[in-house]
This record gives sequence, structure tokens and C-alpha cells, in this order.
Amino acid sequence: MEALPADLDLAFLVTSLVKIVGLTFMVILPMVAYSVYAERRFSAVIQDRVGPNRVGVPLTLFGFKKDWQLLGIGGLLQPMADGLKFILKEDFTPRSVRTFYYWLAPCLTMVPALLTCAVLPFGSELDFGFLGLNQPVKAVIADLGVGPLYTFAIASLGVYGIVLAGWASNSKYPFLGGIRSSAQMISYEISLGLSVIPVFMVFGELNLPDIASFQDRNGWLILPLWGEGLSIGRWVLWVPMLISFLIFTVAMFAETNRLPFDLAECETELVGGYHTEYSSMKFALFFLGEYAAMIIGSGLAVTLFLGGWSIPFGPVLGLGHVPGETPLWLGLLHIGCFLAKVVGFILFFILIRWSLPRFRFDQLMKFGWLFLFEAALANVLLTAALMVWFPVK
Amino acid sequence: MPVLLFYLFAALVVGFALAVVLARNPVTSALCLAVSFVGLAALFLSLDAYFIGTLQVLVYAGAVMVLFLFIIMLMDVKAEESSARSRGAQAAGFALAVLLLIEVVSISSALKRSGDTLGQHPISAPLAAKLRQQSGRPLLKGLEADLAKGELPDAKLMGEALFGRHVFHLQLVGLLLVVATVGVVALSRKDGGSLSS
Repeated sequence: MEALPADLDLAFLVTSLVKIVGLTFMVILPMVAYSVYAERRFSAVIQDRVGPNRVGVPLTLFGFKKDWQLLGIGGLLQPMADGLKFILKEDFTPRSVRTFYYWLAPCLTMVPALLTCAVLPFGSELDFGFLGLNQPVKAVIADLGVGPLYTFAIASLGVYGIVLAGWASNSKYPFLGGIRSSAQMISYEISLGLSVIPVFMVFGELNLPDIASFQDRNGWLILPLWGEGLSIGRWVLWVPMLISFLIFTVAMFAETNRLPFDLAECETELVGGYHTEYSSMKFALFFLGEYAAMIIGSGLAVTLFLGGWSIPFGPVLGLGHVPGETPLWLGLLHIGCFLAKVVGFILFFILIRWSLPRFRFDQLMKFGWLFLFEAALANVLLTAALMVWFPVK
Repeated sequence: MPVLLFYLFAALVVGFALAVVLARNPVTSALCLAVSFVGLAALFLSLDAYFIGTLQVLVYAGAVMVLFLFIIMLMDVKAEESSARSRGAQAAGFALAVLLLIEVVSISSALKRSGDTLGQHPISAPLAAKLRQQSGRPLLKGLEADLAKGELPDAKLMGEALFGRHVFHLQLVGLLLVVATVGVVALSRKDGGSLSS
């Protein structure tokens, strides 16, 4: 009711717009591009290869002896070359596809993946007092009371893209990929949802910024080393929290279709899975959607379990967040800390991909329904039982 | 929320709901229903019911409709598209819709409208006192904290209502769902053998 044009808060509108554009287009999209690069370089390290290490500013074209490499690291411009390649390739539409859905599917993969970043607290707060803003700007796009549920809700829409791609391609390998992926995503969504219930029981809160600042004050959920985190209760509850974290991580691997759970696009059986019939930028959108989902998933895991933007031992070192009195440099440091943690988590994603073999589909289903689901359910009961004797706060 | 947005989302919901019925392709129908659910979720959000709105997307658009789509994809869509429409079914559907409309109109016209607006009931200490009086015992700590901050704790209020006042009904619904699930599994078995194998 308050959003009438007369009392529209202009500062709020402008800061929101800056946050949306800044986070989505200037942080997440470049991160998507560079996580593809990181994946290629990291996999090369694991397999003892060189990887893409050549792309730089092509000075040799103008008669110089060497290309100029950005920051002295070879291949840092590789994502640009990849993007250019995707745009310039022929966009081929097979004749038998259902055209409308064939076009719709890539968008439906990419858009939900980017929308979910709206509730992620990527920093504590930024004090723009020198610009005349009398209140510090919260470093989150939408300060919702139901943050994680929002993320799950929008992320669950992402499956439409994959299912429709499989169906609209009108060809057997994509179809099998689409079927596999919808079965897999529905199965693991249950474990994912159940695995975070113990976390919310401990916090008593569904608001992600509040969860992050609680961990800043009282120790990260799975590293309670300062503040009230040093109580016996928190360390007893540390056991179910660790189980939650493991289940959440495994379920997230399945939700983002990453190896060892990438049955929807497994090359050895299904050519390319649901995106077999796609080419050029439409294929790239699937690719980018997967990486965007991975980044948001990492962001959520970091926020829930690894303290979000909080600096380790922040309050002890004087680097903690004090509402309303956090200077700008500390706010920026918090944002940097959040991004560093997310990057670390993405590297973990990549490490797992190149270390583990793929599941068989029946193993995947069995693991999801007969182990992960039960474990998540039992964990809820375990947390509830422990919280009777060791209540938090 | 500006009135304009209400009309936008209401039109979205009604338009796509119509498309569900009118579309010949079952996949189109299923997707239109999903869009309609998302529009409905937006209407819930405009009523400050963030929790219900989010659940609407999470459960209906994100899970139930995906299952529908999953089944529809396994059907022969071409055969469905070219099949003739049955007059009887159309007439029955129309009659049912009119009946429902009469029901909704008669109930909503009988509702008492106090003329109060949300602005007259700010989220504050008096509201907390009223809630405390309603439930007859101290409120949850999180609820009190949110109300003191002036935020509407809609998820917590839902939890309080479901697991406090209506816990018996919740158990009953849960039991019904379990029975239905077991029934489906038992009925869909072809060999009619025991459930343990």
C-alpha cells in the first residue's frame, strides 16, 4: 500500500536498481563466464594438462613478438573468445522441433537461475553517508522474511526449461534427458528442502540477512568458534548441522545437474542430453544457466552454513558488523569475503566434478529416495530432540 | 500495492486460466496453468502473505505442475490435439463453472466488510497483545521480536496457527495423505503381490 507515486522513496528505488544491475549483470554474469574458464583450467590441472592458456590481447597481429596477457596469466580473455564463438556460430533449428517451446526452453533455464539472487545477502551494509543517504544501504536486493523459500521456489521453476527442451526437441536423446532430469530434480528437491529445516530450527528465522548477521555475531553454523558459538549447546547441535550441510551439498549437486549427478546430459549415453538439438547462443544459455544456478547454490550454502559475508573471528578482530555503525570499507570487505567464499565453493564443485565418476540412473534414484531423504528426515527429528535440552539463545 | 498491479496480475491469472481450458495442446494447457499459479502467487504477495505466495510457486508451479508435465510428455500429444471435443463435456464444464461463480458471488457478497484498511491496524505492541489474548498463552519469541520490529511475521503466524490451534486437523490431513499414497501404490501394482517385495 505504501508504493503510491506520491511517497515513493527515490533513494530506495535508485539503490535497489543499482543493486540489481550491479549484482546480476556485473557480478554474477562475469562470474558465470569466469567459472567456465576456471572449470577448464582447474580440470587441466587435475588431469595434468595445460588447458586454455593462450587468449590475450593479440599484439602479434600488429607485428609484436608476444601477445599481451592480462595480469600475466595466460588465457584470462578466454571467456570473451568463447562468447564471441557462440554468437558467431550458426543457430541451427532442426525441422522437427516444436518451435515455440524450443525457443522458450533456454530462457526458462537462464532467467530463474538469475532471479534467485534477489534474496542473497552479499554483504552487511554500505554506509553512503558522504552521498547524503542518512541510512546505510543493506547489501541485499530484497530483504524478504521468507528468503530461502523464495530461492527454492524460483529455482524449482528452472526444471521447466530442461523438461521443455527435452520435449520440444522431438528427438529421443533429448527426450530421455528431459525425463531423467525432471525425475531427478523432483526427487532431490525434497531432500534439499528437508535438509535446511534443522538450520531454520536453530536460527528460528527465515530471513537470510538476519541468519548471516547471527552467524557473524555467534560463529558460523558449522564453525562455531566465537561469540555464543563456544557454548556446549552449539557444539552439540554442530553434529546435525554438519549432516544438514552434507545433505544440502549433495542435493544441490543433483539440483544443478552437476557431475556425479549429470544424468540428464550424460555424454556417454545420451549424446548431449536435453540440449543435443541446440546450437549457438541457445546452447550457451543452457550452459550459462547451469553455472548461474551453481553460483547461486554456492551463495545459499555459504549464507546458511558458512557465515555468509561474515569474516572469520570478525567480532574478535573488530571486523564484525555493528548495525548502523559499519564503515564503508568494512562493508566492502564483507562483500569481498562473501565473494571469496562463493568462489571457494565453486572450486569445490569443480574439484568434485573432475574427481568422481557418474552414478547410474537407478543408483541415483535409490540414493535419493532410500538414503538421502530418510537421512534428512531423521536429521530433523535429531535436531528437534537435541534442541529440547540445548536451546539456542 | 498499486491497484494497477492488482489488475495486471488478476488479468494474468484469468487469462492464462482461460487458456488452460481453450488450448488444444495439453503441454500448453499445463504451462498456462503454471503461469496462472505464478500470477496467483503475485496476488498473495500483494496481500503481504509472502509465505503463502512463495509456497504457491514452490509447491504448485514448481512441483505439482512439473509432475503433470512429466506425465503429459509421455502421452501422444498429436492424438490429443486432433481429437474432437465432446459437446456433453463442454456443457457440463460450463454448468459447473456457472455454479461455482454463483457460489463465490453469494458467499463474498455475504461477507461483512468493516471498511478498515491495513493502515488502521499497524503492526505493533497492541497487535501482539491481541494475538496473545487469542492464543491464550505467551507468543513465540520470534513472533514477539518481529512484531516489536514492526514486521509482519507471516511464516511464523502460519506455523503458530497450523501447529497450535489446528494441530488436530493437520494430523488428520497427514493421515489422509498417507492412506491415499499407500492406496495408490497398492492399486497401481500389476501383480497384486504383497507390498514388501
